[in-house]
Amino acid sequence: MSKKGIIRIALILAVFSWLAMSLSDIIILFSRMSELVKPGIGHYFPDIFFILYALSLYVFYQYRIEAAHSSTFVDLLWKIFVTGLLTTVVSLLLKSLDFVMGNTSLLQNPVLIDSMFLIHLGLLPAFLISTFIVWKRLVLYQKTKLQIKAWTLFEYLLLVSLFSPFLPTVARAVVFYALILMGIFLSANMKWVAYLNFKQKWKSILLLILTQLYLAYFYMSLFDMRKTYEFLVVAQDSVFILSLLIFTGIYATFSLLVILFNLPTSSVFEQKLEEVVNFQRLSQSVQTEQSEKQVYEILLETSVRATKADAAWIEARVDEEDTVFRHNIGQDVIHNIKTYITSQKDHNPFDFAKTEKGLRPAKHLRKMKGVPFNSIVVLPITIAEEHLGMLVLLKELKEGFNKELLEITQTFVNQAGISIEGFRLMSEAIANERYKEELNIAKKVQSRLLPNVLDANDDFEITAFSAAADEVGGDYYDSFKINDDKVALIIGDVSGKGTSAAFHMSQMKGVFHGLAQLDLPPAEFLIRANRAISTSLDKTSFVTISYFVLDRTEKRVEFARAGHCPTLYFDHQQGKAAYFTNKGLGLGIVRNNSFANYVQPREFTYQPGDVLILYTDGITEAKNFKGEEFGYDRLAALVNDNARLDAPGLQQKIIAELYEFCGQTDLDDDYTTIIVKFK
Amino acid sequence: MVQIDKTTENDITTLSITGEVDASSSIQLDEALGEVVNHGAPGILIDCSGLSYISSAGLGVFMSYIEDIKTKNLRMALFGLNEKVKNVFDILGLDQLLTLVNTKEEALAVVNEA
Repeated sequence: MSKKGIIRIALILAVFSWLAMSLSDIIILFSRMSELVKPGIGHYFPDIFFILYALSLYVFYQYRIEAAHSSTFVDLLWKIFVTGLLTTVVSLLLKSLDFVMGNTSLLQNPVLIDSMFLIHLGLLPAFLISTFIVWKRLVLYQKTKLQIKAWTLFEYLLLVSLFSPFLPTVARAVVFYALILMGIFLSANMKWVAYLNFKQKWKSILLLILTQLYLAYFYMSLFDMRKTYEFLVVAQDSVFILSLLIFTGIYATFSLLVILFNLPTSSVFEQKLEEVVNFQRLSQSVQTEQSEKQVYEILLETSVRATKADAAWIEARVDEEDTVFRHNIGQDVIHNIKTYITSQKDHNPFDFAKTEKGLRPAKHLRKMKGVPFNSIVVLPITIAEEHLGMLVLLKELKEGFNKELLEITQTFVNQAGISIEGFRLMSEAIANERYKEELNIAKKVQSRLLPNVLDANDDFEITAFSAAADEVGGDYYDSFKINDDKVALIIGDVSGKGTSAAFHMSQMKGVFHGLAQLDLPPAEFLIRANRAISTSLDKTSFVTISYFVLDRTEKRVEFARAGHCPTLYFDHQQGKAAYFTNKGLGLGIVRNNSFANYVQPREFTYQPGDVLILYTDGITEAKNFKGEEFGYDRLAALVNDNARLDAPGLQQKIIAELYEFCGQTDLDDDYTTIIVKFK
Repeated sequence: MVQIDKTTENDITTLSITGEVDASSSIQLDEALGEVVNHGAPGILIDCSGLSYISSAGLGVFMSYIEDIKTKNLRMALFGLNEKVKNVFDILGLDQLLTLVNTKEEALAVVNEA
């Protein structure tokens, strides 16, 4: 069943049981008055309906009044006040009726008096039970297991007390005293009071006094009536009503006293609470996408509030700019104070390099004329070892900053530092992410620059392998079929790494494909390539290449080298691998026509079984754990020993040997090999 | 990781390079060499006896000042290069544009020639 449904049914049941109670009581009264008519119903009926009435009220309020939160304490008290007001007003209205009519015979009518009594008997439990439920909420605020157990027992005892009219006198007395004792025990739980602020405390005091007035009023009017008229018998000597009245009274009194005694210290509690909130603001500023500037602003504001400083300022570098955040102080006054203090002989609190970390109170401000401030304290703002700036607090009072206030301010300052560090880390992470993204793009571009298959013809087989240490490497190789008999081959290394290397590589590819189809001699190719690529390279960048033209008709290779690693060649007839020693100069180093002077083209004819080995310096410069390089001799010897293998076999051999030499699977540099095996 | 020491004597500035010149430390080399080329003495000696490794970025630094040295009529010589480092200069072809000699005396002779 829904909460609303339960509330509604409980209310209907309460109204019904009250009506039934009243009706049965009046019937009994009638029959007793006339003494002729026997009451058609038992004398216990009104009491039973009263129990039912009380129980429905309990259910009604139990569901109606929600659990306590620190913000709702006064609201809860307000609810009691309103219920009390309503019930008292109704009661007073009825009494005024009585007063206006005077002692007319009508008012002496027992039935009317009984009705009045019954109305009061309806109102009082309503007020008592609603108060009881509110007290329950307050008592059980921040509850412990023991408290819940005690309260449950208390409620069961109250339930027993409801049936007091049917209990023997001794049992009634036992239940009554047990209830009072338990009530006092439970009344000690008033943690909620601590969470009231100053204003709320005053409100609560007012509401509690009014509640007590209502309680007193009801007690008196109800028991007065009973005393005056003996025929008012329903719920007579009810332990339930009495103990409930006493408990609610006790708790109200206790609360009142505790609040009263807590009034003077409430400002301290409020301040502590505010400090916690401010602390949270500082630490959350990172998540809420605020700026460093806002962190400093929050720091200034919270520090001023926490220490009750009369003026303050923060000096810090924000976004590469010296920034001053001021509170209640002019730029000129700041300047004067700084000049004055710096001019003093003993330690200067603004000099962070010389003095130790931590607080820096300056004693001499008192003697300074023209400013109203008598105490000053300087707190450095740092992250790790980096000095970010400082917080300066000023007070008109002498020795106005006590240790506790400064300690909490120091934690604010620390938290601000952490927040700012958080900002920086975050923006770094974002920049890194962007950089990674850029590298990914470059890597994609680069992977398309290297051909999947190299051109070959019946005279040779060719295979290439390339790996990059970084996401983007600078190694380049390519081939171009000039005509049926001629194949152009290039290997190169672009200086630098990352995006710019990939960019220069793509330029090199453009140059290669543009010039190769012109069927130029290798020297001419290098001269034109130098001219083409020099214009787009920055001052410190260059490109090294070796360019080959493999001619099938003459079984000849023409080549030239531009600063690239010397070509290794295995001569099958001699059974020996050797490096070509022709000179050359990297592209982009000399950016004028004199480049031609540095080109030494070479040519040779090939025989079946000869092997041409092209590579980049990543291979010869690969180091092992001792710092030794793989080197030219090792490479030549390796080729010598394995030249009978086919091109892929030799390539695998070289790669395997290289990894074994380095003793690791990832190398520091990019490395590439191309093996051309003639047949 | 590189350390560059500068000494000036009789119109000759000597830069002693110790350690490895890679992509990151080449910035230091660039600063030091730029200072000497633009504001230093007409004679420049580069002592490479402590230079254990030079990457293409380091070579790029030397390369970028070749033109300036020529136009400013400065004389520069590198000496004391170990075999490996010398080889790197040679392969790229920089030995044809820079003066690489074995000893300080040879280098001084080259620089004082003018």
